[in-house]
Amino acid sequence: MNVFANTGRATLVVLAHIGRLALFTARALAALVSPPIYTRLILSQMMRIGYYSLPVVGLTAFFTGGVLALQIYLGGNRFGAEAIVPQVVVLGITRELGPVIAGLMIAGRVAAAIAAEIGTMKVTEQIDALTTLATNPVKYLVVPRIVAAVISMPILTAIGDSIGVLGGYVVSVYSLDFNGSSYLKNTWDFAHQDDITSGLIKAAVFGFIVALLGCYNGFNSKGGAQGVGNATTNAVVSSSILILAADYVLTALLFHK
Amino acid sequence: MTAPTSTPKIQLIGVKKRFGPKVVLDGVDLTIDKQSSLVIIGGSGTGKSVTIKSILGIIKPDEGTILVDGEDVTHISGAARDRVMKKFGMLFQGSALFDSLPVWENVAFGLIQGRGVPRAKARDIAIQKLAKVGLTEDVAFLSPSELSGGMQKRVGLARAIAADPEIIFFDEPTTGLDPIMADIINDLIISTVKDVGATALSITHDMVSARKISDKIAMLYGGKIIWQGPTKEIDHSGNPYVEQFIHGRAEGPIKMAVKA
Repeated sequence: MNVFANTGRATLVVLAHIGRLALFTARALAALVSPPIYTRLILSQMMRIGYYSLPVVGLTAFFTGGVLALQIYLGGNRFGAEAIVPQVVVLGITRELGPVIAGLMIAGRVAAAIAAEIGTMKVTEQIDALTTLATNPVKYLVVPRIVAAVISMPILTAIGDSIGVLGGYVVSVYSLDFNGSSYLKNTWDFAHQDDITSGLIKAAVFGFIVALLGCYNGFNSKGGAQGVGNATTNAVVSSSILILAADYVLTALLFHK
Repeated sequence: MTAPTSTPKIQLIGVKKRFGPKVVLDGVDLTIDKQSSLVIIGGSGTGKSVTIKSILGIIKPDEGTILVDGEDVTHISGAARDRVMKKFGMLFQGSALFDSLPVWENVAFGLIQGRGVPRAKARDIAIQKLAKVGLTEDVAFLSPSELSGGMQKRVGLARAIAADPEIIFFDEPTTGLDPIMADIINDLIISTVKDVGATALSITHDMVSARKISDKIAMLYGGKIIWQGPTKEIDHSGNPYVEQFIHGRAEGPIKMAVKA
């Protein structure tokens, strides 16, 4: 009896969240295509979302590329396929790990910051103040963040991809005794245009998810410090999960034969 | 005060709002004449803020009609809402200054974003408005977090009047200020409202402030306006709820709710 009541209640809460998120997305998209466009805010958000995320994305990409090379070498060793390291590293990084690692890092860094900032604005009535100053809060706060994230993420990922491949190269050449120039030649010959673009498309979608969920959770935060804390946590958790779910769907769509 | 024949600046007719099972506004009827100053008094959680937010369209009422200059604004949105919002200025309880922007940009915000005034010109206007609330030019380049609560209130007031609004709302303008700063803010409210010829609507539970800044007072209790009249008549209202409230007595017909 109680089990049914609890299940029902939980289901309703989830459905209400999905409905609210859908409405919020619709409002954001409507605001996206109508003037005014705050170019200044988009540029400053690109600094915060993109540029300042470079160190964290670069470092994680470097180590990911390195560990990938090591694992492929050790795994490939079991059936005499160590030589495949450069090909697998470039494929794994550009198609999958580059965008996903960058996405998850941005989810931790940016979704949290957006949710905390907008959540604080909400509880201190700054969002209501925007309305009284004849400024649409969705247009002023949400649109610049979404645009900035969608533009920044593919750029970040492209840089992350290069650094990831470099990480694989460094480990392979300096620790696994690969020949440097043939490693690079194998990488270059094997990587397709499609591998890279599919990763960058994913990155743009992940950027959209991170900015949208950061804003959504911020706008829906209630109460004081605790409410903002909850909004921040929810933003990070929900955007991370959605990134991985979207990654699967996008992979299935992009490589559908 | 204008003649009663002219269209009221703001009119609320039977406005109702509930949040879940809790009825907050239960048919509020209120008329605010042009260039008058009305103060709504009432205890915490009686729906004073909800009333103001309903007029601003931040909260959508469940029933009833809200007229601004005779125009039904209850359900408008988008560009129509933005146009109506240009008539309003508001001083928030916690000032609600944008902490990411310097003081002058806070004051100039409505001019730059809402009305497309060039930044340099908007800055000059902002500095003029800051002078009106007794703040010097060097304050203009500070961050709001560097100011005291009373100074933030002044900046909030300057922001509210920056675009010469026709209607100004004051949400608990003196709450959290010391008595001297409260009186300074009261004086500033009176002078700035007169200055721009605006219609003022304030909500407060500070009776000293209410008496000083209003020419009419309305009391909100149980989701309804239970008494309204000229400020000088508040001491002879003959209404036991009003009597209890203005004298701040624990004993009386008003029972304090535990939950907001």
